[in-house]
Amino acid sequence: MRHSVVLLAASALAFGGAIAGGAVPPPVVVNDALLLGDSMPRTLEEFGFFRKRNGTDPAPGVVPYELNTPLYSDGADKLRYIYLPDGEQLVAVGDGLLQFPVGSAIIKTFAFGEGANQRFIETRVLLHRPDGWLALPYRWNDEQTEARLALAGARLPITRPDGSEISYRVPNKNQCKTCHSMDGEVIPIGPKARNLSKEWLAQMVEAGRLSEVPAGSDSMPDWAVREGADTAALARAYLDVNCAHCHQPGGGASNSGLDLRWEQDEPHALGIRKPPVAAGRGAGGHKVSIAPGDPDASILVYRMDSAEPGIAMPELGKSTVDEEGVAVVRKWIAEMKQGNDAT
Amino acid sequence: MIRLTVAAPLCALALANTAPVLAETHTVAPGQGAQERLQEALILAQPGDEVLLEAGRYMLTDGLSLDVDGVTVRGAGADESVLDFTGQQGSGEGLLVTSDDVTLRDFAVENAKGDGIKSKGADRIIYHAIRVEWTNGPDANNGAYGIYPVEASDILVQDSYVRGASDAGIYVGQSENIIVRRNRVVENVAGIEIENSNNAEVTENLATRNTGGILVFDLPGLPKVGGGNVLVARNAVIDNNTDNFAPEGNIVASVPAGTGVMVMANKGVHISENALVNNSTSHVMMIAYTQEYNDDRYEPRPVDVVISNNIYGTGGYAPDFAGGDMIAAAMGGALPPVLTDGLHSNFVKLDTVPVVSLGLKTVGQPFAEAQPQILAPVPIVTEVKFTPVALPDGMEARLQ
Repeated sequence: MRHSVVLLAASALAFGGAIAGGAVPPPVVVNDALLLGDSMPRTLEEFGFFRKRNGTDPAPGVVPYELNTPLYSDGADKLRYIYLPDGEQLVAVGDGLLQFPVGSAIIKTFAFGEGANQRFIETRVLLHRPDGWLALPYRWNDEQTEARLALAGARLPITRPDGSEISYRVPNKNQCKTCHSMDGEVIPIGPKARNLSKEWLAQMVEAGRLSEVPAGSDSMPDWAVREGADTAALARAYLDVNCAHCHQPGGGASNSGLDLRWEQDEPHALGIRKPPVAAGRGAGGHKVSIAPGDPDASILVYRMDSAEPGIAMPELGKSTVDEEGVAVVRKWIAEMKQGNDAT
Repeated sequence: MIRLTVAAPLCALALANTAPVLAETHTVAPGQGAQERLQEALILAQPGDEVLLEAGRYMLTDGLSLDVDGVTVRGAGADESVLDFTGQQGSGEGLLVTSDDVTLRDFAVENAKGDGIKSKGADRIIYHAIRVEWTNGPDANNGAYGIYPVEASDILVQDSYVRGASDAGIYVGQSENIIVRRNRVVENVAGIEIENSNNAEVTENLATRNTGGILVFDLPGLPKVGGGNVLVARNAVIDNNTDNFAPEGNIVASVPAGTGVMVMANKGVHISENALVNNSTSHVMMIAYTQEYNDDRYEPRPVDVVISNNIYGTGGYAPDFAGGDMIAAAMGGALPPVLTDGLHSNFVKLDTVPVVSLGLKTVGQPFAEAQPQILAPVPIVTEVKFTPVALPDGMEARLQ
């Protein structure tokens, strides 16, 4: 039951606040006009997504969600929310990306540290405006009282839970789009029905905020409890979530011819025995993206296993190697039969 | 009357220019915070604006990107305004452009960790008087491409200089309507490479001390295949004998040192009026793509290749492929200036130089089965015409 919907509770609170009239601070309401406008607000607070200045306690219409298999971001914890304006709902399109109405938003806060030591680093927002989606990064101050627009991004030292020090990259506005793009337009990439739990989807339907629970939803494995799960499913989900936003037709790396989407089953498109095109030293002396049965001869593994710019994949949002992700993909390739293209 | 004749063309120019009247110049200087200041200028620029890079060295830690149409990024000169990526910690290239009608001019990119400048889906882009350099010279650890436009229409790369790329200095991929002229490409694996592209003119360039001077390739299995209608003319292709330093796995890693102009697959390649001097394997090479592929659209052989009016200097004296030295010895110490694997179709040879064929009969046949021979003259089967490249009206006017 980790996927709970606080939408109803939040609405009740807002209603209660209104009735009490002055006894409690007026409820924070999301600033729809600002969201739909054409400005780039200087602070996250101006949107009114959260009741508290520290970016907690979501406002009415702001709903938390989790993904079965999440994107790796140097081990940062992520707090994900969607915002839907009053009376609007998401539309499910098969097992793919949910369709968001104009006026909605996706909000993701990146944090390091546990419990009282948790510190917010940045909050990225995707706004669905009448002329399309806009991606903006906001960086939290040291006092954790304000997140300010960081159009040009930032680079800052972070101590990870394991004690290692890294240079963490807050992406700039264009870098947001580098991943969030399809045929040159900004799009969301995370909330696909196949990567959302049935419970959450059902609750959203019940709350009137989603058209239906589509077939094929919740089909990606839960990365958090992956022991014993099917290796191919885990690896393919990982690649879909971490790589396919660029590596698909119309994506940022379409010219590579590599298509790592969940629904792609053609071996060559997935990289099996596929020579590189523009890998440069990212090829690491290997001749194909995936050499069945031989992860050590596979460019895919070589690049995932590097943190060095020019070699490392993904190119953005990663300063460290995701050892667990590499292990799963490694195992998947090792288990492939060399003689045929078993995927 | 004099005033009138001057005014008329000016008016025409002004009307043709679609940039807003109130175009702004965003001036950026090197120094503290250059990364953020420059990136912010690239984000906040509006169509028609110019981002002006003052002279000096910009020490950058992350890749830069431009996603606004119609912006000019201009420096004070290719040796004056230097974007220095020696300390780069993230991104796959120095500068990434993803918008249309962009002009990049008069600045340098040094030591990018991945590619130098990449433009993807950026139509009508101009690279003018740009320098992209890996300052340590040939090194497998250098970035792959220097100037790298891909998946676009109407591309002009001119008067630029690229050195040290571990793949291609100037690489145009999966694009069409391309002019690459008056550039100098030095000490790259491939000097200039036109790959999976149509309608390209590669003219008046100097390609020297690369592994291969100018490559025209077509590869299978990519979104766009079937490259052709390429003119390689009036270039100086000299001393391209640098040992191949490309990381293995990349297609250019198979290019022999000492290659002048190389055609792999493609249809309609014209090699004319070039000066081909001291390339130790072959001045002109035509070969089929030999690796396995599964792509019905793909023609692995070079088809309709024309060579005419080239000047051939010494060369072919140290062929850099297995058995090459024996073939050279058998032919009097050096290979003839033109080499084919024998798999080409409709070769229009208007130059009088001899051609050595490896005598292969089928695509993928091992080189060990080569039966080297001087290619017998064959009648020209089909005349091959080149359709000149015309860039859209007003594009080159942006440089004035």
